[in-house]
Amino acid sequence: MLAIDLQNLTKRYGDVTAVNDLTLQVAPGEIVAFLGPNGAGKTTTIDMMLGLARPNAGSVAIYGKSPADAIARGEVAAVMQTGGLLKDFTVAETIAYTASLYPTSRPIREVLERAGIAEIADRRVGKCSGGEQQRLRFAMALLSDPRLLILDEPTTGMDVEGRREFWQAIRQDATRGRTILFATHYLDEADAYADRIVLIRNGSIVADGTTAEIKNLASGRRVRATLEVDNVDDLRALEGVIAVEQRGDSVFINCSNSDIVARYLLTSTAARDVEISSQNLEAAFVALTSKDATLATAGRSS
Amino acid sequence: MSAANVVPLESSITADRRSTRFGGFNPTALRLEITRVLRNRRTLFFILVFPSLFFFIFGLGNKGARAAGDIALGYIMISMAVYGAMVGNTSGGASVALERSLGWSRQLRLTPLHPMAYVTMKVLTSMTLGLIAVVGTFVVGALNGVHMAPQVWLMSGLAAWACSFVFAAFGLFVGFLFPAENVMQFVGPLLAVMAMFGGLFIPLSQLPKGMQTFAMYTPMYGVGLLARAPLVGGATVWAAGSVVIWTLVFGAGAMILFRRDTARV
Repeated sequence: MLAIDLQNLTKRYGDVTAVNDLTLQVAPGEIVAFLGPNGAGKTTTIDMMLGLARPNAGSVAIYGKSPADAIARGEVAAVMQTGGLLKDFTVAETIAYTASLYPTSRPIREVLERAGIAEIADRRVGKCSGGEQQRLRFAMALLSDPRLLILDEPTTGMDVEGRREFWQAIRQDATRGRTILFATHYLDEADAYADRIVLIRNGSIVADGTTAEIKNLASGRRVRATLEVDNVDDLRALEGVIAVEQRGDSVFINCSNSDIVARYLLTSTAARDVEISSQNLEAAFVALTSKDATLATAGRSS
Repeated sequence: MSAANVVPLESSITADRRSTRFGGFNPTALRLEITRVLRNRRTLFFILVFPSLFFFIFGLGNKGARAAGDIALGYIMISMAVYGAMVGNTSGGASVALERSLGWSRQLRLTPLHPMAYVTMKVLTSMTLGLIAVVGTFVVGALNGVHMAPQVWLMSGLAAWACSFVFAAFGLFVGFLFPAENVMQFVGPLLAVMAMFGGLFIPLSQLPKGMQTFAMYTPMYGVGLLARAPLVGGATVWAAGSVVIWTLVFGAGAMILFRRDTARV
């Protein structure tokens, strides 16, 4: 059974289509990064996975159940960007309150330790730092021992040390085979902690593959040649081609395998002045997720 | 994940799951909630200190009231207990506004807690605050010269407490209406006006005729009348009807807003 099964999800807010016909399947035990710039539709998609937003079209199944049913059974838990905490509860009281709402829950002491906040159990929430509050949300999410854990931009606003400690806690926890999906706009976070990266832009999945595949895609090369192309589809069909752009008498091709592209250009077309340059990872990521790049899908296509 | 990656810290994550009972309503959460609310000094001031202070000013500090004897002192004490219960219940219900604006409600939606169970706990917390106000004011009164028959203490206390339920509904109504952190600052003065029309600060008979008639249609009228009735008599069907109808009005309003709030998603 799939941990997450999203079929043709669409969500519109007035004239704005936040999520557009998105289909995604996640198998149990996978650690998936949901990577994209702000406003790409990550949070909206997560809201629909958790039943916080109702899709205009399409379906959501979490371990074969509706989001509401999955939440009621504690199968899915989440650490959200926007989840508020009550300042006048202590850390331990917040956990005890949340624990009491579940039919069965892990011991309070255990989740506090796993989230690394056992030593501040008696501190008022209002006196905790942003990072400590985020680890408290993580501890709350661990209470039901969920099969699926969803994290929406979990390290926003944390300093470097806070981010490192937070991910360390998540990583230790993941060894038990929990399915994890986290949204982020940091490429390095996705690279360091995910097995699979799903790249989202304008509410659609633009690339989906293993971390290595996506890195390859993003860290590819740029080939420039003097050539007027009538039909860019031939170029786009080449292995490893990410984007093709004609500008004046030059064609620019972003690709993961520049040898194939160069060989094709020199042997099968009238291309001249072929230049190959390597791309910086961050710039390539921006190119991949920018508004008007023409993309091919890598790896496991959506 | 391959099996080699799994650290045998404990058993693997269970696939055997059951649904929560009573929508997540449970005594532990209720106890924690009440303890938390009682930590708020501002709330305690308004439900305990404020009514007692009024009792001292209008009752003991007032020569006329003292001269009028036990009935007058009792009248003032009961009125102040009702006032405290009203503020306690309203602030308990209105706390949903704060929790909505902080995002705590959204956080709770990631747990099995059913919205109806959440509202039930809010009402019980509100009623606890109301009970504390009534008992607190009565204790202060008893220690400071109020003499009433035992059944009057009991019946007045029960009526003041039970009827103040209408303000738990009122609190929920404004709490779902305004998602503002400081909603009580706006509602507080409104409560004072309602209290005046309920005859809590001065007997209604001392108001101009037109205002007396108007008062009969306000939410506090029936509550005040019924709470004082064991001492001075005068319970009417109108008063009982007033409590029931206002409870239904605020309850229905809160329910409509609550549905809209949880459906908006």
